[in-house]
Amino acid sequence: MELRQLTALELGAAIRRGEVSVAEAAQAALTAIEAEDGALNSFITVEGERALERAAQLQKGVKKAQSPLYGVPMALKDNICTRGVKTTCASKILGDFRPPYDATVVERLSAAGALGLGKLNLDEFAMGSTSETSWYGSTRNPWDPERAPGGSSGGAAAAVAAGLSWYAVGSDTGGSIRQPAAHCGVTGIKPTYGTVSRYGLIAYASSLDQMGPVCRDAADCAAVLDVLQGRDRRDATSLDGDYGHLLESLSGDVRGLRVGLPVDCFGDGLDGQVRQAVLAAADVLKSRGAQLVELSLPVLEYGVPAYYIIAAAEASSNLARFDGVKYGWRAQGYGDLAELYLKTRTQGFGLEVKRRILLGSFVLSAGYYEAYYRKALQVKAVLKGAFDEAFARCDLLLTPVAPATAPRLGESLGDPLEMYLGDVYTVPANLAGLPGLSMPCGFDRQGLPIGAQLIGPHFGEGRLLNAAYAFQQETNYHRQTPKGGQRT
Amino acid sequence: MNWETVIGLETHVELATKSKIFCGCTTRFGGAPNTHCCPVCTGMPGALPVLNQAVLEYAVRAGLALNCHITRYSKFDRKNYFYPDLPKAYQISQLYLPIAVGGRVSLSTPAGEVAVGIHELHMEEDAGKLVHDPWTDQTRADYNRCGVPLIEIVTEPDFRTADQVIAYLERLKETLQYLGVSDCKMQEGSLRCDVNLSVRPLGSQELGTRTEMKNLNSFKAIARAIDYEARRQIELLEQGGRVVQETRRWDENKDATYAMRSKEDAQDYRYFPEPDLPPIELDEDWLARLRAAQPELAPAKRARYQADYGLPAYDCQMITSDRVLAELFEGLVGLGAPAKQAANWIMGEVLGALSARGMEPGEMRLSAGTLARLIALVGEGKLNRNTAVKVFEAVFDQDGDVDAYVRAHGLEQVSDAGVVQAAVERAIQDNPQSVADFRGGKEKAFGFLVGQVMKELKGKADPKLVNTLLRQALGGA
Amino acid sequence: MKITTELIAHISQLSRLFLPEGEQAAMAAQLERIVDYMDVLSRLDTGDIEPMSHVFPVRNVLRADEEQPSCDREALLANAPARDEESFLTPKSVE
Repeated sequence: MELRQLTALELGAAIRRGEVSVAEAAQAALTAIEAEDGALNSFITVEGERALERAAQLQKGVKKAQSPLYGVPMALKDNICTRGVKTTCASKILGDFRPPYDATVVERLSAAGALGLGKLNLDEFAMGSTSETSWYGSTRNPWDPERAPGGSSGGAAAAVAAGLSWYAVGSDTGGSIRQPAAHCGVTGIKPTYGTVSRYGLIAYASSLDQMGPVCRDAADCAAVLDVLQGRDRRDATSLDGDYGHLLESLSGDVRGLRVGLPVDCFGDGLDGQVRQAVLAAADVLKSRGAQLVELSLPVLEYGVPAYYIIAAAEASSNLARFDGVKYGWRAQGYGDLAELYLKTRTQGFGLEVKRRILLGSFVLSAGYYEAYYRKALQVKAVLKGAFDEAFARCDLLLTPVAPATAPRLGESLGDPLEMYLGDVYTVPANLAGLPGLSMPCGFDRQGLPIGAQLIGPHFGEGRLLNAAYAFQQETNYHRQTPKGGQRT
Repeated sequence: MNWETVIGLETHVELATKSKIFCGCTTRFGGAPNTHCCPVCTGMPGALPVLNQAVLEYAVRAGLALNCHITRYSKFDRKNYFYPDLPKAYQISQLYLPIAVGGRVSLSTPAGEVAVGIHELHMEEDAGKLVHDPWTDQTRADYNRCGVPLIEIVTEPDFRTADQVIAYLERLKETLQYLGVSDCKMQEGSLRCDVNLSVRPLGSQELGTRTEMKNLNSFKAIARAIDYEARRQIELLEQGGRVVQETRRWDENKDATYAMRSKEDAQDYRYFPEPDLPPIELDEDWLARLRAAQPELAPAKRARYQADYGLPAYDCQMITSDRVLAELFEGLVGLGAPAKQAANWIMGEVLGALSARGMEPGEMRLSAGTLARLIALVGEGKLNRNTAVKVFEAVFDQDGDVDAYVRAHGLEQVSDAGVVQAAVERAIQDNPQSVADFRGGKEKAFGFLVGQVMKELKGKADPKLVNTLLRQALGGA
Repeated sequence: MKITTELIAHISQLSRLFLPEGEQAAMAAQLERIVDYMDVLSRLDTGDIEPMSHVFPVRNVLRADEEQPSCDREALLANAPARDEESFLTPKSVE
């Protein structure tokens, strides 16, 4: 059995049937990482020894295993706190930070029998759309090593696409799960804000951040999300809900499902091949009985500016704690406290992070707060209202994930505004707290994956996953692998 | 020129909750450095705050007691600044929608009635403690106090004298202690006060440039700092100078204020709504229940004691100076002790015993039942007052059993007229000189003879009976 | 709006970031372009719409006032770049 070809659920089933040992699975992943990640750079930290110890431990409980993901190796984006394991946010400033605690999602994954392989690369502090701003170097796109995997969860998407990990947990503040999933040809979902505890996620923009799975298909996403979601008393923004039934609710039945196509998302600035692939995805759903509804959401245009104002403002505050006093890296050669702060932060943060901190300080500073920050919060309210209206007319929205396929390395960094504009389709879901899913829906002429996005009303992840599941029963895009092979 | 001093106060009060405002760490004062800490209160990456329910309740109760309007929809905001005592580099506080606004406190001072406006009351977290070590020239950061809940109470600039300020602070302290929301111990920093002060020509309506004074650790320091700073500003203006808006630190030893190096060159705290904490929406029923459960505060008690028990104003003031004392008083009266006697015992013996032990009333173990029994025994003539004081001293610390102690030490008062008469006769017989002196008009000699009778009866005799029988025996009236 | 190098210097100081003079101008130009783009928001009439700081109407998430054991001090201090046996250390920070 070629273990790396299996989905997480398939591997989990094989482990529970005793056909594969947890150690064999772990070893297969570690061997692949060893062989292939030097070129890919999807991991910042590989915890090989720890993974094998954990595998031995998990094997003992395999007969009593409840979770369909029991024993399945996975990896975490490196902005999620893991007790005693280096957690870097891909930043120099965190140095050798080893959190004294596990994030809530890590506890939940451990309880479900997950086996952690290590920590995945990302844009520094999850700020970026290409995974190139990492202090630990760019991650490469497995479909074309000269291209970026997208970001900020680029390590997560690349590792899953390359078969180095059966699934990964990433974070999504403005598209950071969905866009790299699209660029790497995998499936990812950003759940409803508040359904996955943020406790232990190193914050970029607290009101927008949400963790979610990056997987090989929608069924895996459902299974992982069943583990991740839940009310957490340590996160005051986490929501009560009826969690844990996503996997069992997948039916593939989309008859009568009203799929909204916002015309605003298919206009100028969208690559023609991407447009074609996404509209073709709509037709696939239609062929299975879904109804297509055209609608207009002109307010989406204001998503990017509102997003960057709010995200930068919160980031400027969230990242203020990195000052060389309590944890992380401290600059040398400071004369006094002021210099310690200045040198540590100036040398410890990369350029994009500094740019956003400055932007955030600006929009919050006296004289500008009203015109920018407060205005952005009003736009957020308008946007939320527009989505509420849209979901009265349709059950979910179908849009592109990104205006184009994966960019060449280095291409995006020269013009930050241009890069920000690339987030146009993904940031609205974050602003409105809504679930958004990215699924492979085709390839461009260069063989690069194209993603389609499904956006649902809040708590609508079941609907999104079921639509994606239906789509994936009908198509093979999610089964393609970068090496030209096809998963069965 | 005549000048007027204009003062406003910002008072920070630590709330007496068990746990911190956003995490479960203890709020206990002291402790080895960094032992009352967790990822939340040390600002570890990824840690999140969750509001302590008691903090909200205490803040609302304080707001109600200060006659504030309670904000039905309130939020927390982040106040951003860099300082090593603030591990997240922002303080979670309230700027835009504080929990209580627009209150008022009426004070009576020797110079008359003063109404002080409360601008707002908000919840926030305390910062840590920095201690500089001159030997290593390093500063140690201790985060035990980080996240201890505070309310900040901001007054309008309604004070004109240090006396008014002190009267307000005493009232505030008394009110918060009565509510049980804070112990208000200035020496432990659980009540801290910043004074904003400016001066202006008497009659002027415009406010002058103000300075803010910090590090005021006692009411005495506050009063002296106000006097000093007002004088400094007036002298400055009279010499043609001008007041600079700045933060000044009171130096207790030098009896002077001096300008502090600014924490931040340009103070711009970039407040914005705290995304990690959902807003607070208060329910009218909840508020009504809280309002109904508010304890009777000291001014109301004072008025009631005067009206119901006819106690002098002074007594009322004394026995309501602490909620524990007032509760003791009410307990005593409830158990049948005459009000005046109960007040006398509290003002005399109880306060004396506390002061001798350096204790706060709250630390006292003596119960109303014990003291009531003692007062009853005196009333029934079974103990004389002096003996009762001795019993009081013996039972005070452990709230001992009065009857058992009296029995064990044979202290019952001698009220048997026959026994006292015999002692009186013996005293007259043994002290002819004193008897002669008394009859010769020296009243002092009578006292000596009483003493002799008492000595004979080991101090346990009923003093009234001794007096009566002795006068009879001496043939006087 | 014009983002001047003075404004950049001010917000750098607020952010405790140092930009050499050469970088200030470049940063000012970048931020100006971004901020100019953000000004599209002014085209949307938001009138007196209540700013939305929290996307869902969750209210009053409170924890009971219960003391929980604190963390092991060594675990908290373990990541400190400068420390002694009981505290974090900084250069002189008190007046």
